[in-house]
Amino acid sequence: MQSIIRGLAYVVGDAIDTDQIIPAEHLVYSLKRPEERRMYGRFAMSGVPAVDQGLPFGNRPFTDPDRYESRYTLIVAGRNFGCGSSREHAPFALAEAGAQVVIAESYARIFYRNTIDGGFVIPFESNEKLNDQIRTGDDLELDTQMGQLTNHTIGQAWLLKPLGDVAAILKAGNVFEYARQAGLIPAR
Amino acid sequence: MGMTITEKILANHSGRTRVAPGESLWVDVDILMTHDVCGPPTVDIFKREFGEDTRVWDPDKLVILPDHYIFTQNHHANRNVQLLREFAAEQALPHYYDVGSPRYKGVCHVALAEEGFNRPGSILIGTDSHTCTSGAFGLFSTGVGNTDAALIMGTGKIWLRVPETMRFIFEGELPPYLMAKDLILAVIGDITCDGATYRAMEFDGKAVYALSMQERMTLTNMAIEAGGKNGVIAPDATTIDYVRARTDAAFESVFSDVDARYFSEHRYDVSTLEPVVAKPHRPDNRASVVEVAGTRLDRAYVGSCTGGKLEDFQAAADILKGQEVVIDTYIVPATTEISQSLHTSSIDGESLWSIFENAGCKMGQASCAACLGGPPDTFGRMQGSEVVISTTNRNFPGRMGSKQASVYLASPLTVAASALTGRITDPRGVLV
Ligand code: SF4
Repeated sequence: MQSIIRGLAYVVGDAIDTDQIIPAEHLVYSLKRPEERRMYGRFAMSGVPAVDQGLPFGNRPFTDPDRYESRYTLIVAGRNFGCGSSREHAPFALAEAGAQVVIAESYARIFYRNTIDGGFVIPFESNEKLNDQIRTGDDLELDTQMGQLTNHTIGQAWLLKPLGDVAAILKAGNVFEYARQAGLIPAR
Repeated sequence: MGMTITEKILANHSGRTRVAPGESLWVDVDILMTHDVCGPPTVDIFKREFGEDTRVWDPDKLVILPDHYIFTQNHHANRNVQLLREFAAEQALPHYYDVGSPRYKGVCHVALAEEGFNRPGSILIGTDSHTCTSGAFGLFSTGVGNTDAALIMGTGKIWLRVPETMRFIFEGELPPYLMAKDLILAVIGDITCDGATYRAMEFDGKAVYALSMQERMTLTNMAIEAGGKNGVIAPDATTIDYVRARTDAAFESVFSDVDARYFSEHRYDVSTLEPVVAKPHRPDNRASVVEVAGTRLDRAYVGSCTGGKLEDFQAAADILKGQEVVIDTYIVPATTEISQSLHTSSIDGESLWSIFENAGCKMGQASCAACLGGPPDTFGRMQGSEVVISTTNRNFPGRMGSKQASVYLASPLTVAASALTGRITDPRGVLV
């Protein structure tokens, strides 16, 4: 886990479900083959209705048309981020687009689990509602060890909730490495 | 202090005599289910982590049911089914239900029940969020991603945190104009889309045990729409009869202790409830049908794991018999078994299939179809700004294929009544 993550904020609302994160019609692409997997970066967050894309402005797609990578590194969301289906394609798509962190007030549990077990993005929980204080494009810096988020654009900082016992899996890299460390599967 | 059914099952599968909410455990999985959307990437991770020549931990415990993108020309979707086919052959999997073969089933959660994989007291994990459906059979079931599924494929194990349990007690007699769908939409409206996050939802009470297995599955199916980890209903004679008719496999029923500790308790008298819908674009956006009656519709849709079971069609056919729909109305049986039953089940001597055809409905093939949008050529998929009333379980933006579409979720009775008028219609005015 990288200790300092700095980049631009992408802000969305409450209950961003997995169909908004990656619409179901795109789930046909392979997550392995390079020419197909980049489609996940291209269509990440494309299911969010246009007016809600990149708050508070709207009409700011996460990934620009015909690009495969997003310019935004830190996603800031409200409650219940990742609700809906169990598709691991969702955190995969965010990571494929280049996102490293999500900071939400709360998560749906399968999405949360998938981000950690697959080692895609780091899911931090905020102590307060931040998606009305941070604006899309703000310059954010996250200290993942301290759990401190700084918004350089407005000169404000917040402490996020500790990661808790899932930190062990994040530290191991993914659930397989964690299981190897626990002796559940043989070391490579 | 006693344990809930969920806690007991997790204890039984982790070599423990007791467990408490909040503990993380490695548990043994009895059945792992996957499908055409999440199966191929799961297999990729399985091979990446365990090696190209690895064998699955127990072929008899892996069930693969292609169901999502079946009747489409989409090349990638068809390729994914082919990948499953090859994997099933390579691993000599006994429980692969191939597309285009007589074994083909359709929607996984209903197929798991029909094929006897839902066994009381067991742990069933699937790469699909609605895997919680199986909990109707008194087992622990939940949805996971590809990574967790790949770990199970190699080891038979998963780490799980023991959830707290919320208890929903339904009393009273269910009126003929209500279905399990109305009950669960009422619950989700009350506790909202994240009201049960990380928790088990246990359904209990006389009104629950009066329901058939199909209707119970509608309740547990939508536990995930409240964020629930699992939905569960203790087994009774109805459960045992259903399971015994489908499998000889051994199982052991488990029940909550009388002194089990619950996070919360929620009581409903079902005789006082009303038909409800979930308005666009969230399953917790509840309104009574009375409040939204008259809303203009473009389409009606009866299908999916939650609303495409035989009894859902019997309810819809009761209303559509001898009538004609005035908007595009799609009928999509969840499984091939249900599809056949539409021909063999009848009302007053007329088969359900012919009732629907004569009413002007469009008849689909067993699969997930437009429930989750899918490739543009998917049967019944929204293409524009349609307003649809549907028996499915999700109405988030874009869920049925178009971000501009608006989806109202409702019971098969309400959907059928609305198909006759082209406006949201209370089934109480139509049922005789
Ligand atoms: S019918 Fe719909 S909800 Fe059920 S498994 Fe298929 S896509 Fe998912």
